[in-house]
Amino acid sequence: MTYLAKPKLHHPSLPVNRLGYTRRDYEGTVSTLCAGCGHDSISAAIVQACFELDVAPHRLAKLSGIGCSSKTPTYFLGNSHGFNSVHGRMPSVLTGANLANRDLIYLGVSGDGDSASIGFGQFAHSVRRGVDMVYIVENNGVYGLTKGQFSATADRGSKSKRGVTNMDAAIDMVSIALQMGATYVARSFSGDKAQLAPLIKGAIRHRGAAFIDVISPCVAFNNHPGSTKSYDYVREHNEAVNFLDVMIGRGPITTEYAPGELREVVQHDGSVLRLRKLREDYDPGNRIIAMNMLQERAAKGEIVTGLLYVDPQPVDLHAHLNTVETPLNQLGERELIPGREILEHLNSSLR
Amino acid sequence: MKPTDISSPDYFHKVVDCQWACPTHTPVPEYIRMIAAGRYSDAYMVNWKSNVFPGILGRTCDRPCEPACRRGRVEKEPVAICRLKRVAADYKNDIRERLPSIPKQKNGKRVALVGAGPASLTVARDLAPLGYHIVIYDGDPYAGGMMRSQIPKFRLPDTVLDEEVGYILGMGIETRFGERVESIKALLSAKGKSAYDAIFVGCGAPRGRDLDVPGRKEAAGNIHLGIDWLASVSFGHTTRIGKRVLVLGGGNTAMDCCRSAKRLGGEDVRVVVRSGFEEMKASPWEKEDAAHEGIPIFNYMVPKSVTHENGHVTGMMFEKVRAEYDEKRRRSLIPTGEPDVYMECDDILVAVGQENAFPWIEHDVGIEFDRWGLPVLDPATLQSTVANVFFGGDAAFGPKNIIWAVAHGHAAAISIDKLCHGEDVRERPAPFWNLMSQKMGIHEWSYDNQVSLDERYRVPIKDNKVSLKDIRIEVENGYDPALALAEAERCLNCDVQTVFSSKLCIECDACVDICPMDCITFTREGDENDLRGRLNAPANNASQDLYVSGVLKTGRIMVKDEDVCLHCSLCAERCPTGAWDMQKFLLQMTDAGPACRSRSKELTTS
Repeated sequence: MTYLAKPKLHHPSLPVNRLGYTRRDYEGTVSTLCAGCGHDSISAAIVQACFELDVAPHRLAKLSGIGCSSKTPTYFLGNSHGFNSVHGRMPSVLTGANLANRDLIYLGVSGDGDSASIGFGQFAHSVRRGVDMVYIVENNGVYGLTKGQFSATADRGSKSKRGVTNMDAAIDMVSIALQMGATYVARSFSGDKAQLAPLIKGAIRHRGAAFIDVISPCVAFNNHPGSTKSYDYVREHNEAVNFLDVMIGRGPITTEYAPGELREVVQHDGSVLRLRKLREDYDPGNRIIAMNMLQERAAKGEIVTGLLYVDPQPVDLHAHLNTVETPLNQLGERELIPGREILEHLNSSLR
Repeated sequence: MKPTDISSPDYFHKVVDCQWACPTHTPVPEYIRMIAAGRYSDAYMVNWKSNVFPGILGRTCDRPCEPACRRGRVEKEPVAICRLKRVAADYKNDIRERLPSIPKQKNGKRVALVGAGPASLTVARDLAPLGYHIVIYDGDPYAGGMMRSQIPKFRLPDTVLDEEVGYILGMGIETRFGERVESIKALLSAKGKSAYDAIFVGCGAPRGRDLDVPGRKEAAGNIHLGIDWLASVSFGHTTRIGKRVLVLGGGNTAMDCCRSAKRLGGEDVRVVVRSGFEEMKASPWEKEDAAHEGIPIFNYMVPKSVTHENGHVTGMMFEKVRAEYDEKRRRSLIPTGEPDVYMECDDILVAVGQENAFPWIEHDVGIEFDRWGLPVLDPATLQSTVANVFFGGDAAFGPKNIIWAVAHGHAAAISIDKLCHGEDVRERPAPFWNLMSQKMGIHEWSYDNQVSLDERYRVPIKDNKVSLKDIRIEVENGYDPALALAEAERCLNCDVQTVFSSKLCIECDACVDICPMDCITFTREGDENDLRGRLNAPANNASQDLYVSGVLKTGRIMVKDEDVCLHCSLCAERCPTGAWDMQKFLLQMTDAGPACRSRSKELTTS
């Protein structure tokens, strides 16, 4: 960490977006995480994604639970709404906020401890309800704040820094999210912003439950030989199935990645997900194939990354509940307290 | 692109833009940190070793360091390096004990210095502590050369000049002031005990260029050559000038002339230049100072004739022109066809350039001159076509400035020292340099790495009502210690280098994410042009190098664009493995003496 605030000075040619903001305007205060923490790269990717999507800072709410990952919302989007909730309870608070005001973008940031242990149920239920959100898990496989015990996502057989082997089975967050019906599921690596930032952009534009599992090495406790979440291990076993480019409207293709079949997915809001296939046998439109392939690859020790599944026409919680279009804070007293007569009418309709 | 070679001093020296731009390569950030710490005497001595005249240069330097300053590329204006130098001189303690001691036992070598200006004085300072017997000649009764005769007292008070010239003259120098050298042959052919082993010519560019227009000769009494007039003012021979004064020329001499005239009775003082205002040779700050004193500058006007009555000037006629440039950017001034402009005046000061003149150097002694009348010299050694005759300052390559004269003085002193030790003068000594980590703790450094966001502070000056009254009143008050500290904090410490070690890097991107200026990129290899186009921020300033690492584990390389790096240390603080470290690069030029010699040779007997 550093004691110093990042100097306000920036590169003279730093571009501005449509709102007149530079990328630097989307930063938060300086990180107090350990030097080299993967989480800081994820923060930088979020900053980049929001800058590139011209997100108005006051139209986004960031929510988190407890843990190293859950500290990070302080380090990005310093002018957005923020809520640091109880351990593992971020999904409930996010669900409530979303129900009250559906006009904001909801960014839930959590970790493997917060979402795969204490908040496992909360995570599963918010996904299965189809809450319109971006749910990012910063997954390092250890409890960093309590000095490096295995978390629930640590792979069986992986070694801790002190040489202890993990005997418990790992929870694969991506598989759970797919099973629970998330409509946008991706996995990425904090060390590959070129892959990660577009995945976050696609998730922000997705009008349903979007889940991104980001492997984020813990340099202090889980970046050693024997770990399956170290920089070296992830780089060696990373199996990217596709490369994503998010377009608002149709523009020229600019990304310079290896040639491969191009597939376009038009999301509900008109944004276009341009997927460059890196593996011929992968189809992100088929949930069953995706789930099978994940299991196959995991058995071989590979970490599959990329946009793993997307349903371009998701249905979210508001649609399930048939809620009012207008955020509650914009409704008047008459709509919010319609009176005894309406209540009686409602009650009688339910008898 | 090949990995950057940081084993030679040039790479990191170039990153310290100010030091690289300075002809004497003064370690600027080093002394600015000392000023910030209140160590004025130490800051003074760092300067004194390198540029010999900190108090004088802190008021008058042409400051090539400031346009080079990285701060000017990061925000609006560079650090006020020049005026900080003055702070060191103003607030230092008595430093005389720190001056080098002069050996009682001389080394038996005699060196004649012609002219007592900054170049010669630098040679004297470098050689006297080594035991050389130095003899300085000057036609004027005082030492200082153009620093005394041409720079007005309201910019450089005599007290400052006397002090710093005095440090050198106090080194047991034999002075022959008021004794103009009329023949170099006499110096060269002196025999026995008065023979010279080497002669250094530092006599400046003493001849002011004249004006050739109708009326010039008839009205000669009111038309003065700028540098001669300034000298006459400096020595108190001239104390008045007419009420209406025209100053012709656009250089710093013209600025000194107009400001002096304003103080000697000139009420309507005007500067008239042939070129456009922007192309004037005067430093921007000198033009500002003249404007501040209410002196207008008329541009694109070419002198046509002088009008006169009974031998007195009555005015001048000018032709209006505009500038046109050909495809080689060569300028020509084309008459606009507008009616000529007439300006009435009582006196005219001509400051349209200076020329070299060596009437005292006989043609048959073997010193060759080129077609511009300048001596034929080896630019590195300053040796002329006669092996033991060296040139420096304005006498060497035409009019430059004080800091170049000092640089020449150092170079010539090395040449003379090597010559007297029977060495090849063309073998030049390497500079002294080292690179040292500044790490004190996890996030503590031995320099103040917090970047100040302050804009450049103005130097406090006296009100025009006070300063225009007396030509000897110094206009600038200089920074006080509080202002000096604030200005010093603007320095980015460019000498504290970001040193990268590819073996330690785990490519976690922490440095990329934290860098406020987007200087750092991890990318695949490529040639320089290719790399410059695809970094995290465009690297369009080709004069600034890219720092390129060897190939890393992922097959990528680290590329850092040095252009706008704040040297804030955040990359190093966020680096988990210490692959980045902040290391202070200190470079000092090697002066004449044992360190400049390649072999430890005994003095040759002549």
